[in-house]
Amino acid sequence: MSNSAIDVPPKGGFSFDLCRRNDMLSKKGVQPPSYRKTGTTIVGLVFQDGVILGADTRATEGPIVCDKNCEKIHYMAPNIYCCGAGTAADTEAVTDMVSSQLQLHRYHTGRESRVVTALTLLKKHLFNYQGHVSAALVLGGVDVTGPHLHTIYPHGSTDTLSFATMGSGSLAAMAMFESKYKEGLTRDEGIKLVVEAICSGIFNDLGSGSNVDVCVITKGHKEYLRNHLLPNPRTYVNPKGFSFTKKTEVLLTKITPLKEKVEVIEGGDAMEE
Amino acid sequence: MESNQSNQHNSLLASEADSQRTLYPYVTGTSVVAIKYKDGILMASDMGGSYGSTLRYKSVERIKPVGKHSLLGASGEISDFQEILRYLDELILYDNMWDDGNSLGPKEVHSYLTRVMYNRRNKFNPLWNSLILGGVKNGHKYLGMVSMIGVNFEDDHVATGFGNHLARPILRDEWHENLSFEDGVKLLEKCMRVLLYRDRSAINKLQIAKITEEGVTVSQPYSLKTFWGFSAFQNPTVGAEGSW
Repeated sequence: MSNSAIDVPPKGGFSFDLCRRNDMLSKKGVQPPSYRKTGTTIVGLVFQDGVILGADTRATEGPIVCDKNCEKIHYMAPNIYCCGAGTAADTEAVTDMVSSQLQLHRYHTGRESRVVTALTLLKKHLFNYQGHVSAALVLGGVDVTGPHLHTIYPHGSTDTLSFATMGSGSLAAMAMFESKYKEGLTRDEGIKLVVEAICSGIFNDLGSGSNVDVCVITKGHKEYLRNHLLPNPRTYVNPKGFSFTKKTEVLLTKITPLKEKVEVIEGGDAMEE
Repeated sequence: MESNQSNQHNSLLASEADSQRTLYPYVTGTSVVAIKYKDGILMASDMGGSYGSTLRYKSVERIKPVGKHSLLGASGEISDFQEILRYLDELILYDNMWDDGNSLGPKEVHSYLTRVMYNRRNKFNPLWNSLILGGVKNGHKYLGMVSMIGVNFEDDHVATGFGNHLARPILRDEWHENLSFEDGVKLLEKCMRVLLYRDRSAINKLQIAKITEEGVTVSQPYSLKTFWGFSAFQNPTVGAEGSW
């Protein structure tokens, strides 16, 4: 494309090389591939001893379910977890990034991370990208100041709430919360309500489905219940299993074990801290 | 005038000039929710008519009885709803003029409305409404819905507009056959309360209508109790300065 004699690789920033081609293709009616989204139901609620987060496990690429059992509850800190809806890559990347920033901050201060720290780091990043980082998050955790639950929108605004839902199934889940939530729920009541809200999203929203993940965070303790409920089991499984017809005859069987290339030396030098 | 001449020229090609087609709704009503219960049908809607984002009219009755056996609830453009009521008036009148002891039941009225809506949509001049038709005739309960493009179906619980997203999940979970009147009203009120909290065009003034074999009763307007006393609402930014 360039006319210079020496081909200099681009120094950084966005490479506009394919823009003309993309433009030409979209004019001809060829749509760009859609992002892998987590058309989702994610919820959080504050109960008597802490925070409970819940999420479904379906990831969609347009009309296709590309992952039947993905993880939408991301680790931020030992006492803080974050559910993510929107573009899967964006939610993963942004939560990973803030999680490492929180870890460094913990080393620096020597204290447990606070939920508002994670909140501020996330909202700064998302506002900076003016909504192009399509991540809608439900952030929850328990720190020295108490239990906290926040929602963060892709453009960077935040809400502090006692119960929150995000994602395409948020209305179905919110209908459950609005009719059944009250303050001071016990752990079991809270989990039951979260599961009901996620199931409402799973069965009433096409973008959500498969299983229910739950995460319970209390002071000094967290429980990540992966696949807490599996309301969509495979119903018709062939009991006979697979059998291949005998078409090829086995003439000779020779097994050559591969030698291990790496030799492990016990008791080597420890890495320097 | 120029436009008149061009209208005359185009009269063979387009019987309605573009300005006479419905392009967007002006005064709209929000959702209607309805369920079948033991003795018949229960239908609820609020009484708001919004003009864009202004709440212009606060006493709009969006549920009306039709004939002896049916109830019609509508969301969407209010003027189109009033037009539909006129069409149905004429339909019922002609039916009564036969004087044959037979009267149009809810299924027949639903079928008529489906044809009307679909034909208007085919002419690109839709009646901008989502209608709910419920009724009881000879012991059979019927509850159906018609949308503005003519999609119609029959079910045990239906809702229009936002009600589809907020009320139907609750109904799918908690509806069962042979609900008593009190349970039915409680269920509808639960749905209407969620809609009140989460639909921006809903107002806290609603009517519940009931139709049974005996006849139609439309309640007086009343309001629901709401709860705003969550502790997180008292001092929301105590932990996070600058958020809301």
